Amino acid sequence: MRLAGRDLVAIEDLDRPAIEEILEAARALVPAAEGGSVRHTLEGRLVAMAFFEPSTRTRLSFEAAVQRLGGRCLTIADPAATSLRKGETLSDTLRMISSYSDALILRHPNSGAARLAADLSDRPVINAGDGSHQHPTQTLTDLATIQEACGSLVGRRIVILGDLKYGRAVHSLIWALALFGNEMVLVSPPSLRLPESVRQRVRHLAGRIREEDDLATALADADILYVTRIQRERFPDETEYRRVAGSYRIDRATLEGARPELRVLHPLPRLGEIAPEVDPTPHALYFRQAFLGVPVRMALMQSILGGGA
Amino acid sequence: MEAGPARELKITPIRNGTVIDHIPDGLALEVLRIVGGSRLGRDSTVSIALHVRSAKQGWKDILKVENVEISDRAANAIALLAPTSTISIIRDFAVREKHPVALPDRIDGLLRCPNLECITNQAEPIESSFEVIHRRPIRLRCRYCDEPVTDFLPQLP
Ligand SMILES: [Zn+2]
Repeated sequence: MRLAGRDLVAIEDLDRPAIEEILEAARALVPAAEGGSVRHTLEGRLVAMAFFEPSTRTRLSFEAAVQRLGGRCLTIADPAATSLRKGETLSDTLRMISSYSDALILRHPNSGAARLAADLSDRPVINAGDGSHQHPTQTLTDLATIQEACGSLVGRRIVILGDLKYGRAVHSLIWALALFGNEMVLVSPPSLRLPESVRQRVRHLAGRIREEDDLATALADADILYVTRIQRERFPDETEYRRVAGSYRIDRATLEGARPELRVLHPLPRLGEIAPEVDPTPHALYFRQAFLGVPVRMALMQSILGGGA
Repeated sequence: MEAGPARELKITPIRNGTVIDHIPDGLALEVLRIVGGSRLGRDSTVSIALHVRSAKQGWKDILKVENVEISDRAANAIALLAPTSTISIIRDFAVREKHPVALPDRIDGLLRCPNLECITNQAEPIESSFEVIHRRPIRLRCRYCDEPVTDFLPQLP
């Protein structure tokens, strides 16, 4: 699969060799992402950042990636300032922005907005999160972090904790981990279990999925613990939310029975799912994960845009 | 009022139009709605037979619509909602074409996406678009937001 000129709407758009290629390039770009070496792959290129909902973290990570490769950004960071407020359709706005730039990075509150952008734009579109639908660069970042921590992305035992029903970024991660043949142990409140439709989608892949009620049992011989947010709005009342969220909180005591090599990931920002006391332990990998978003996005932009530069 | 022997009203043959046979029992009125329902012209006689004995499927419904040849869009909708149906085009009392309904690989502009957050449910100048990902039973997936759809009736506009 050649990535040059392609869109990235969903992680499922990529095949395994394409994902491996991006992750390998990302590893090589870590020094450049840290500022230690200078790259000019995107010199003279203009990349539009169309952020129709606030997501400073993702936007900065993309901007850092573009600029570390010598490219420049055209940023819409405030939806209220755009003509959308005057009733212009997203379709019109996207056509305009796309004509000003060499690639379009889109963040939008509605599911499917990235597919719409890809259909409309003759420039490559990268989905930076469309509602609760897809966030493929987050998935690539998660994979890069697991690979760096475990040395390999194949045959790992990965515990995934939290909201597995509504969190579609987690569905993408499960798909990708299944593609690489990992064993996933799912731990979630009964009301937030993985939907059958997601199971169906990964059934033909090499990975295995099982559910486990007891977190300590699940953690006993795990390589990775991936923690997701449990959102207040998924629960009928505050009491129920607090009870469930409390019982899934990760602290030092939770990690006592785990292997010393266990690494904890979280897409951040966290809402109390992981106690700050975990931060100084060798288990905590979520800040490294946030950093790796930059070389991963550099690798992706380089593959999609760098070919002709 | 003229008195006379009681006449049994049967579904009469039509000169020109469409016969939809082998409709799953109880769905004829839905199929009629798809074909055009109240928007049909004044010269369209519509005959509906509900709960008819069928050798093939136990019970079935039949719908005959005069002077209407149904659109591809309507045929796709029938294929979704009433997949056992057959469609015959009648011209001058003769069956010109008869075929079982066929589900295409992609269904555009027919159903609303059940995901209210989907971009196709916002004020954008685009049609909904679904891929057929499974045929027996029929399962669709929104091409924009990936929402699965298995219950089609509520998604008709
Ligand atoms: Zn949709």
